[in-house]
Amino acid sequence: MKVAIFSTCIMDLLFPNVGIAMVEVLERFGCETAMPVKQICCGQPTYNSGYINDTQKVMHNEIDALLSVDADYIVGPAGSCVAMLKEYPHHLANDPQYADKAQMLADKTYEFSQFVYRVLHVENAGAELNATATYHRSCHMTRLLGERTSPFELLKHVQGLTMIPLPHLENCCGFGGMFSVKEPEISRQMVDEKVDSVLSTEAEVLISCDQACLMNIAGRFNRRGETIKIMHLAEVLNSNVDPSRITYNTDATLVAGGGTYADQNI
Amino acid sequence: MPIKTSDQSFTTRLKESEADKFMQRAVAKAQDAQWDKRTSSREDLGNWPQWRELGEQIRQHVIRYLPDYLERFSNNVEARGGHVFFASTDEEASSYIQQIAVDLDAHHIVKSKSMVTTEIDLDKKLLELPDRTLLESDLAEFILQEDDFDEPTHIVFPTLHKNRDQIQTIFQKIGYTGSNDPQEMARFARKYLRASFLEADMGITGCNFAVAENGLINLVTNEGNADLVMAIPKTQVVVMGMERLVPTMQEAAVLDTMLARSAVGQRMTSYATFCGPAMPDEIDGPENFYVVILDNGRSNALGGQFEQVLQCIRCGACLNVCPVYRHIGGHGYGSIYPGPIGAVLSPVLRGYELFGDLPFASSLCGACSETCPVKIPLHELLIKHRAVMNDRLKLDHSFNNTVMHGIGMATGTPPMFRMALDVDHAMSGAMVKHDAPTVENFSNHNGYFIHAPGMAKGWTDSRDLPRPPKHKENFRSWFKHHQEASHD
Repeated sequence: MKVAIFSTCIMDLLFPNVGIAMVEVLERFGCETAMPVKQICCGQPTYNSGYINDTQKVMHNEIDALLSVDADYIVGPAGSCVAMLKEYPHHLANDPQYADKAQMLADKTYEFSQFVYRVLHVENAGAELNATATYHRSCHMTRLLGERTSPFELLKHVQGLTMIPLPHLENCCGFGGMFSVKEPEISRQMVDEKVDSVLSTEAEVLISCDQACLMNIAGRFNRRGETIKIMHLAEVLNSNVDPSRITYNTDATLVAGGGTYADQNI
Repeated sequence: MPIKTSDQSFTTRLKESEADKFMQRAVAKAQDAQWDKRTSSREDLGNWPQWRELGEQIRQHVIRYLPDYLERFSNNVEARGGHVFFASTDEEASSYIQQIAVDLDAHHIVKSKSMVTTEIDLDKKLLELPDRTLLESDLAEFILQEDDFDEPTHIVFPTLHKNRDQIQTIFQKIGYTGSNDPQEMARFARKYLRASFLEADMGITGCNFAVAENGLINLVTNEGNADLVMAIPKTQVVVMGMERLVPTMQEAAVLDTMLARSAVGQRMTSYATFCGPAMPDEIDGPENFYVVILDNGRSNALGGQFEQVLQCIRCGACLNVCPVYRHIGGHGYGSIYPGPIGAVLSPVLRGYELFGDLPFASSLCGACSETCPVKIPLHELLIKHRAVMNDRLKLDHSFNNTVMHGIGMATGTPPMFRMALDVDHAMSGAMVKHDAPTVENFSNHNGYFIHAPGMAKGWTDSRDLPRPPKHKENFRSWFKHHQEASHD
């Protein structure tokens, strides 16, 4: 199957390691990958700041770019950005030129972990990481995309990895896109509490499916002079892989994607 | 106190909130405790998503047919011998109630907890009258009153910001000599209040739900004080927001259980009462019964993009899950309606000049939308407020506004973004700190930023920022090379 990579601006600008790991994992499981070069950004920086007019062009560009490659799926390494693409049909419902395309885009777009777990049906990705780790669950991936389980299922089978539950898993890390620069005093207090929660686990590695949250938490860790290693889930699943460990889940009921914040949890 | 609780700037309020470590700890503790209680009480009920659907349907239905239900309700109140007054402003409402106290020569007024009476600043208005006593009978509101009408900081737990020592000091002003033990202090308050109930000639309550089919007022409390406020004085005044209706007793029952579970994690509150004027065959209840139905800005939301805010049943669950409220508390918002619901509602009621900061005080984490029992998409409404301010009213004239338009341009124009990818590493050299980061895999490209200009300063004031890779090391370059290699 052919997968178009939804690279996200943050990964393009700052974190090639995440994209490389994602592509290598996807190819390991038989995907042919493509990178539509005109893509830029999902549009959250302006949309969430209330610049909806400015965001039209951003969304149009992203749709045209990602649909320019004839792929079966579009997969991105960020729950938040993927959730935004999934909301395009809602945002562009009254746009005669783009409403249908937005739906087409949303229908075949997946966040990395849900694609690996729910579409590729991977159970054990064959990875090994000898470490203790904790996982930061991003708000948008959890509540807007409605994906709560895939990362944990995949992490369960990483050899040598001991997962420690993160206290206050449900609380935002304080990133919030432009919120982190517009309301820095509030954001700092939120990220400080998150750093303290991570430190309380004494984990060696902090894992997430949203690199922007990791950048925020790690940026504060670094400023405070605290030590930790951050890894995107794709990097974990790409660690020291032994193909003989790979297994697939046989649960045909794993419906991909779906759901919004409304119906998933209490 | 009117809706606005503070004359200080948002920035000043944030600083004060951060300095108030007791408040922050208290809020965090309350949030954590409520998280468990609320979740388990909703799980006990079962089918919570379906209950939410039902709650949303009920509230949306009522708002769609609001004029009809208001008419039906007021007709039924009058059929029972009660009086209904429609107040379009806070001033109209409080003056009307003041006049009732004058006309009926009522001198001893007791109240039960009501956000809407706080909204219209009713206590002060009544105390302007000569020879009147007024007592807030909800324990927390009583504490606020005795502390010179301190601002409430939560819509369900108004004294969340006060500790037991502070309360002890407040009570000492009215003759308390005991310890800071909460039970002992509550016992003192109970005794103190009981005397006032017995001499009261006018009671004022809020209204959780008003039942259109029979004109009854539904109140839920845990202290039972509202029941005394209704039962003892000859005159009862009910103040309600105009959206607070339910069609029948059935919908009241649905919403009561959702309210109790969402607000305090209980299956039902200790008291759930339906009241109206005393009927000829009833031995107690008010002889004079007045209902004041308040608009005060609510109709701004009717028929517009913020209409869903009127679905709110004031459970406060969104405050209890909000990571921003967790740090800035009620004081930070500067509105009697704080938290996510307050950040949506306050600008609807009073405009952006007073409350334009609030919609930006959210990371849009969506915890509020997720917990709301009547499915108000709170974080989406916050974005809509931002859009009204930025897209429509163009209120932001700062440099940041220009930067945001620039970001819109750069993220929508492929050649501009390619240029950014090309130059970013080289351009950044002078500002980079070259020490090894303490966080592994955070900044893998020879240094990181500790200072950044413009809007990014907000980031680097408290966080380091990774340095971008060289062009040939970025993801796109890698991918191109990778693809060429695999095709060879």
